[in-house]
Formats: sequence, C-alpha cells, structure tokens
Amino acid sequence: MARQRPSAVVRSRATPYLFILPAFLVYAAFSLYPLVRAAQFSLFEWPGFGPSTFVGLQNYIDLASDPDFRAAIGNALVLILFYAALPLVIGLVLAAIFRRGQVRGMGFFRSVIFLPQVIALVVVAVAWRNIYAPNGPLNQALRAVGLDELARGWLGDPGAALPAVGFIGTWLEMGLVMLLLLAGMSRIPDDLFEAARLDGAGPVQEFFAITLPSVRGEIVVALVLTIIAALKTFDLVYLTTSGGPGNATTVPSYEVYYRAFQLREVGSASAVAIVLTLLVFAINVLVTRIGERAS
Amino acid sequence: MRRRTFLGSTAVAGGLGLLAACAPGSDSGSGGSDGGGSGPAAGDVETDPSAMGDVTLKVWDQEVRGAQNDAIEALIKAFQEDNPNITVERVSQSFDDLQQQTGLALSGNDVPDVLQVNNARGDMGEFVKAGQLTDLSGYAEAYGWEDRFSDSVLSKARYSADGVTFGEGSLWGLPQTGEVCGIYYSATKLETLGVEPPTSWDELFALVEAAQKAGEQPLVLGNLEQWPALHVFGPLQANFVPTDEITTLAMGNAGAEWTDDPNIQALTQLADWGSSGAFGDSPNGLAYDTAWADYTKGTGVLLIGGSWLGPDMEAVMGDDLRFMAPPAGADGKVATTGGTGLPFGIPAKAANADAAAAYIDYITSDTAMELIADNGGMPVLRTAELAPTSGVNKDIYEAFDAVSNDGVLLPYLDYATPSFADTAGAALQEVIGGQAEPAAAAETLQADYGEFTAEA
Repeated sequence: MARQRPSAVVRSRATPYLFILPAFLVYAAFSLYPLVRAAQFSLFEWPGFGPSTFVGLQNYIDLASDPDFRAAIGNALVLILFYAALPLVIGLVLAAIFRRGQVRGMGFFRSVIFLPQVIALVVVAVAWRNIYAPNGPLNQALRAVGLDELARGWLGDPGAALPAVGFIGTWLEMGLVMLLLLAGMSRIPDDLFEAARLDGAGPVQEFFAITLPSVRGEIVVALVLTIIAALKTFDLVYLTTSGGPGNATTVPSYEVYYRAFQLREVGSASAVAIVLTLLVFAINVLVTRIGERAS
Repeated sequence: MRRRTFLGSTAVAGGLGLLAACAPGSDSGSGGSDGGGSGPAAGDVETDPSAMGDVTLKVWDQEVRGAQNDAIEALIKAFQEDNPNITVERVSQSFDDLQQQTGLALSGNDVPDVLQVNNARGDMGEFVKAGQLTDLSGYAEAYGWEDRFSDSVLSKARYSADGVTFGEGSLWGLPQTGEVCGIYYSATKLETLGVEPPTSWDELFALVEAAQKAGEQPLVLGNLEQWPALHVFGPLQANFVPTDEITTLAMGNAGAEWTDDPNIQALTQLADWGSSGAFGDSPNGLAYDTAWADYTKGTGVLLIGGSWLGPDMEAVMGDDLRFMAPPAGADGKVATTGGTGLPFGIPAKAANADAAAAYIDYITSDTAMELIADNGGMPVLRTAELAPTSGVNKDIYEAFDAVSNDGVLLPYLDYATPSFADTAGAALQEVIGGQAEPAAAAETLQADYGEFTAEA
C-alpha cells in the first residue's frame, strides 16, 4: 500500500499561518489594535469624548519643546541607572557569591532577596513612603548614628527624591537579576572552574574569565527586562511623589496618565505613549545588538 | 522572505484599514458638537412629579463615604415615598471612578438622568462646551433655586454656554454639601503660649513667630501630594489680594495677573514660612494624612486645611481641637478657599429631565439639609442653623455660614485651567522648599493662566 500523500491542506503554504492564527488574533486584538489606535489618536486633538480635530504631527512637535516631557525623559534615563545598572552589578556579585559559597540556609537568603518581586507594587510604595518620611525609620536611623545633617524629607527634597524613588527600583529588581544570573551560572560546567583553579586563578580571575562571559545571554535578558521596568515605571512614582517635588520625579508613563485623565488631552497623551514605546524599543534593540556582537 | 512579506502586507493592510476607520469620537454619537448645551425655559417645565407618569430615574453619584451615603439613601427613600410613580435607580462609585467614566458615559446615548459633575474646567467646563449637559436656568426659575442658594455658592456651578467663562452665565448643577478651608488650632497650646485666637492676619503672623520662639512648630503641613499647599495658600492669598482678583484667577477668566505685587507678597509670605521652618523641617516630604495624624498627636499649634478633616481629628483631640475661618482679608471681608460638594447636574440627553430636576430640587430642599446634618454631613444651606451644639463641627458650620453668606467663598485655585492643579502644586512646593523665588513662581503660574485665557 503506497503511503498516503499529505493532503492539500497540509501542503498548502498557508497552513503554518493557520496554526498561528488563533494566537495572532488574540495578540492583534489586545496589543496591535490598541497600539495602532494610540498612534492614530496621537494625530488628533481630542478630550476623550465628543468631536476631535486632526492636527497631524503637531502633538509630537509640541512635545519637543515641552519642558515637562523632557524632564520626564531625563528622569527615565536616570532611573535606568537605578533599575538596570545597579541591580545588574549587585545581582552579579550576589549570584557569584551564592554560586561559590557553601552558606547554610542559602535557599532562605535567595528567597529573601527575591521577595520584593513577589510583593504588590502598591504595598512596596506605601512601605517605602513611610520609610522615607521625615520622621520615618531611615531618618531615625541616621539620627541615631549622629548623621543628623543627612536626615531629610527624602521624597520632598528635589535632589534626593529621584534617587530615593530609584533606589526602591534597585531593591525591587536586584532579586530578579540575581535569580536570572544564578540560573545561568548553574549551567557552567564545574570542570571549567577546576581547570582555572589548577592554572592558579583566584576567585576574582575566575569571575571575570569564566563566570561573566558564560552568563552574557542572561545579562542581556536581565537588562532588557529591567530597562523596560525603568522606562514604564508608573505606580511607584504615582504613589510616592505624584511626580514632585516640582516635577523632579515625573516620568513618561506618569505624563501619559496625567495628560489623558487630568488634562483630558488624549492626543498628547498618546503621542507621549508612542514616543515611550519607540524609546523602549530602540534602547532594547541596542542592548540586544551589543549583547549579540559581544558573543 | 516570504514570511516577512506576508506579515508585512497583513500589517499594512490592517493598519490602513484601522487608520481609515473613523476619527476618535466621531463614531460615538456625541451631542451637539457645535458647543453650548440648552435647557427648557421656566414656562415649559413640569414641576409636579405626580404628572410625570411612571418614571425610572437613573442617578449616578459619588457619595460613597459613610455619612454622605446614609444621607443620600435616606433622601432617596423619602423621595420615593412622596412620589410613588418615580423609582430611583442609584449607582454610586468613588470620585475617581465617576470622574473617569463620566466623559465616556456622556458621549454615549444611554446617559443617566442625574449625574454628579466636578465643577472644574476640565470636567464641567468641557461637558458644557461639548453640549452634554442641560442648562438648568429654566428649572432654577421654576423652583426658585436662586433664592435658596447664595450667589457665591451658585457661581461655582455657572458657565457661559460656550464654556469660556466660569462663574457667570447659565447654571449647570446644584450642590448639596459645603466645604471650607480654615484654621484648626489647639486650645491648650494657645493657652500655654498665652495668646488668643488671632483676629487679624498680623496677629496670626505674630502667633507663628511666638510659637516658633517657644520651640513649637507653628504650622503643620504635609505637602508630599502637592495639592495640600493650595489649601494653605488660598486663605493666605486673601490677606494680600482682593477677592475679585482671586476669583478671576481661580476661575480661569481673563483679566487678572499672577505677577502683580499683592500675589508676589502672598507667595513671599509662604516662602518665608517655608524657609524659617514654620512648617517643620520638610513639609514637602511629609504625606498629607501623616501630617494631620501628627497634629492630633501634639505636633504643631495650627493646621490650615479643609473642613473635611474636622471629625477625624476631633476623634483623637476632643474638645482641644477648634476651628476658625481665617481673619478678614484684603477686602475687609472674611474670605477663604472653599466650595461645595460636587454639583448634581442633568445630562443633555437625559430621558427624564423633569423628574431629574424634581429629584435635584428635593435633595437640596430645607428638609434635605436637615437630613444631611443629621447624618453628619455639612449641608450647604442653613448651615449655622443646623450646626451641632458643641464640638469642632459647630465651629466649622458657623465658619462656613459666615464665609458663604457674609464673606466670600473663594474657588479652589486649581479650577483655573485643566493643568493648574499640577502647575500650582509644583510651583508652591518649590516656593516652600526654597527652590523657586516667589517672583519666578508667579511667572510660572501666570504662564499657565495666561496661556489658557489667551486661547479661550
């Protein structure tokens, strides 16, 4: 009996697309469609109800000279330092220690460091707002050790507010980065380290010669995730400072919310959202490219 | 390659299809887009509910908190008993939720009959402009609302039909409750300092200095959220700036200036309080709710803020907590920031406008005010008369009555422009923190106000 030939449906070029169709429909309905609509809204002046006026690229042109928007972008870039760069450094060190160390109760410490990722952001924000309060635990601790001149209303001081919010981000992302890197490091074969040790390498040399190059992929993933978190951060700012003092901690996502729901300028809000999307996309393409080139 | 072509063409086709779809808003069947809502004349209005047939009245409000909710429920029950042909279907949700849904709801065809709308330009002003609310002037005449309410109160719900002028023109809603910003003080602390409650602003400034010398924090302010400073600056501004000018500025009408001397003097006074530490070390880093909680525990002598704080603070401080309207200001009259609860309006497309007006009339009637007071809210009418016999609410009711009837109830400064809450909040934070000179802050405020009034 001759083997049955695949049916016309299976041989058809369209078949693979039929398989992705269900997923694509969901994706299109909840991601692509809103994205295209937002792009469309950004070309209109529209209060969110009633009639709209087509204004072309005017919303984008206005953004270029809008000091609030530029401050927001600047703050977002500073937050990348706190959300992505610092957690990466800390996460690398912690992961390297955990990999080498024979600490008792390692699982416990790992869980504790990862814990911030599990807590709802609203809870995190409220807790840190209390820690940073003028009479809060942080200032009490500083005063207790005689550092009175360092004590301040952390979220109300224009110089300290952004780093204070940023540090919450560092604390949040640290655990995630560590876990990702730890997973990567556990895949490095032990004989590599053994060989290095036989050649007389110390822990530091081991780290730079073996550990770091081996987890390059994980570093890229960690950076992509944390940079996105930094750029889209909203809840922390909304709940801790509302963008203040002045506009020292305003961020692009907060501007989107503020423009759409407070100012009722849906067009301008959509323009900010589109610029933010492009920014996230561009930075992450850059990170991924650098990661690929280095490997 | 082939795959990319396929995906690419899908995206392009889909994208074009979507972009070619109708512009935002145009598909929603919105009301008269030429602007300007309309309403019936007094002669065309049916004021007898029994002649309206069987009606189901849809009411959307945001009176969800304990006392307010009790009052509304009691009123609805009484209204339905008096008018058995009318059934009230009430939807209540928080202020934020209602505010965000109102825009969408009003642009559709299935609108509620009665709706609480925020007075601000960004809300009521926009809806008036879009022709989505009913002009209540005819009803006001038929029911005599202008005799019932003072001008100062009604002006907070008046806009010209094109939405350009705020504070004058047609009436778009009626409020039920009142609010006023004033000065809370601790009776025992004033006694310890050996001073009487201030009767003039100079006495108040002297009191602040005396308290500071005695090692007390004179004023309590938690300004992390940016808006609390507006409730301090509002009363303070009235000491320097004529009330007409403040009203013009706060309602975003053309013809006043933030950069004139009186306003800069007011900002300078705020800056002085900030730099001298009269507000404590870090008012901008302190949360609003933490600040008044600290005050109840004995931090500070005075707290300038809204009447809504009274009952909660009294629960801790008891008789020690007192409230007063600020001393008479630049005009020689008592003037302070205050206003009303959100006004109840009628959407332009409401199916039962006459019944809606009858309901609004009922919940703002004299008997309704008694019910509100009984349930612990502050009625906007007959306030002094209905004041409790003791406690901080007695002070608050009397202060509100004095300000709304004999003085001037100044509008919240952030009514001015859609972005003014943010602009003023940030500017006042910087004045208090010393990051901006008063004159520079005045420029910032003027820029926002000036740009808005120039566009209108």
